[in-house]
Amino acid sequence: MKWARWALLAVSLAAFPWIAGEYYINLTSQIFIAATFAASLNLLVGYGGLPSLGHASWLGLAAYLSAWMSLKLGLGHALTAPAALLGTTLVACAFGWISLRATGLGFLMITLALSQVLWGTAYRWVSVTDGDNGLRGLTRPAPFGISLDGATSFYYFALAVTVVAITLMAMFVASPFGAALRGTRDQPRRMSALGHDVWTVRWITFVYSAFWGAVSGLLFVYYNKYIHPASLSITSSAEALLGVIAGGSGTLAGPIVGAAIIMLLKNYVSAYIERWNMLMGFVFVLIVIFMPEGVVPGVRRLYLRLRKWRTG
Amino acid sequence: MQYWIIQTLNSLALGGLLFLLAAGFSLIFGLMRIANLTHGSLYMLGAYVGVTILKFVPNLWLAALIGGAVIAIFGGLIERFILRALAGNALGQVLVTLGISFIVADFCLIVWGGDPIPVQTPLALQQPLRVGGVAFPTYRLVVLAIAVVTAVALYLLMERTRIGAMIRAGVDDMQMARAVGIPVSKLFTAVFCLGAGLAGAGGIIGGPIMSAYPGLDADMLPLALIVVMLGGVGSLLGAFVGSFLIGAIYTFGTALLPDLAYVILFLPMIVVIAFRPRGLFGRQTV
Repeated sequence: MKWARWALLAVSLAAFPWIAGEYYINLTSQIFIAATFAASLNLLVGYGGLPSLGHASWLGLAAYLSAWMSLKLGLGHALTAPAALLGTTLVACAFGWISLRATGLGFLMITLALSQVLWGTAYRWVSVTDGDNGLRGLTRPAPFGISLDGATSFYYFALAVTVVAITLMAMFVASPFGAALRGTRDQPRRMSALGHDVWTVRWITFVYSAFWGAVSGLLFVYYNKYIHPASLSITSSAEALLGVIAGGSGTLAGPIVGAAIIMLLKNYVSAYIERWNMLMGFVFVLIVIFMPEGVVPGVRRLYLRLRKWRTG
Repeated sequence: MQYWIIQTLNSLALGGLLFLLAAGFSLIFGLMRIANLTHGSLYMLGAYVGVTILKFVPNLWLAALIGGAVIAIFGGLIERFILRALAGNALGQVLVTLGISFIVADFCLIVWGGDPIPVQTPLALQQPLRVGGVAFPTYRLVVLAIAVVTAVALYLLMERTRIGAMIRAGVDDMQMARAVGIPVSKLFTAVFCLGAGLAGAGGIIGGPIMSAYPGLDADMLPLALIVVMLGGVGSLLGAFVGSFLIGAIYTFGTALLPDLAYVILFLPMIVVIAFRPRGLFGRQTV
């Protein structure tokens, strides 16, 4: 039965552009990007127990690096993409080294402050980043000569990248290293006594998580063909964290569902009212108070209870 | 010469405002282990509420007192009815304060609009003080004086009174403090109100210098974060030293290297965290 469900999901995702209009295809592409981004944050928050409020750094930095190199250096996508990923990962190595001086709330505040450094650079260093105007006039890549300018072709590109990203993140979590990571989340002192290097396990996870955040950043900048400092702001980090928490941190499907919910809310609600920020604030407060475990674990619990009730 | 004196006074005034903001943030974090991300919003809300109060009470100092009290009550309500419900869930508390800060920001935008609202400097302080042919902007001197007086008052409160001893006990060892019968729960509300009130009053007092504008919250919160991580969590002295250090770096950085001022601002914090994670004067790691 399980493979049948996966097959159904695969067929419906593949067939979606044939039945849906361009608006919905684009919306779904955006959900893929947000899902990859939230899933990468979930590695830290859900599996590592390290609440980062600076994850937008990786999305924004990769996007800015790729945009800057193609605009100001005139490099092609075959060069800018790996260079942006490499550059972002290196910065993550340094940021991780500093942030992991602390855990818990301290970690959260340091990641927040460090992401503000990048935001400040993007916003104020006008001669390099064009400040509040953002970098515009970007192009999408054309892998193997296939143009991604159409909604449908970009949809398949984003889908492929998202599937690869989420599969590799799932393998990471399921690996012995992933088990050690969960161990450092639940029992850091015992893990340390067992001979695991807790700090290094966390640091590797930080960098790995930033890498996939950077991948989502490339998708983001390809989709929008534009990048603005707002992508590096606290709000951007907070939206991702809200997605993870809303969906259910520490589950594979949680961040994907959470990111989708946020993206749909943002698109539909902001079409009717201007007050997206206030609404997001209320969503934050309500989710934390009434659904602290998230949608996915909540629904799963409900489903199990229902099944128990039916069978016995 | 005149230029540098003005810059120095600007930096001291900014340091004073930062202290009003960061002292509460630091005490709240130190005692309650809550990273109160509404703190920047409380400052901004204070500035806006001050603008409205000034329409009815044409006295900045009275407005600061009333506004500070209003924000203190608002903070107390947040603590009592929302944060209290999430006791023990540190991440939940952070997210809720973040959510509230979005709500407050949008609320201010609805009520007071998107244009910056300037606040009049009190008439008596508009003339610069002239000493030996050099003009000192009086209002900035007064702000500095207020910050120093507040710091001394807070120091006396913390070191010389029974309540202060209780707060210090709570910061150092919460469980033991509870065990010996200190009403930690009431202290929480009191400290939260105090911190919120200071932030709100700071917003009003800072009005003639910074005015009230959307985004003031997001400008001030990171500064408070840096100050607290630099000076050490829960340390009044740390907040004081950190505030003036950051005030100076920000002001002179903006004057000398406007493009990179914002980045330079974070460097001392990064160095301190890397080599002394508890901050300059902190007693506990963040």
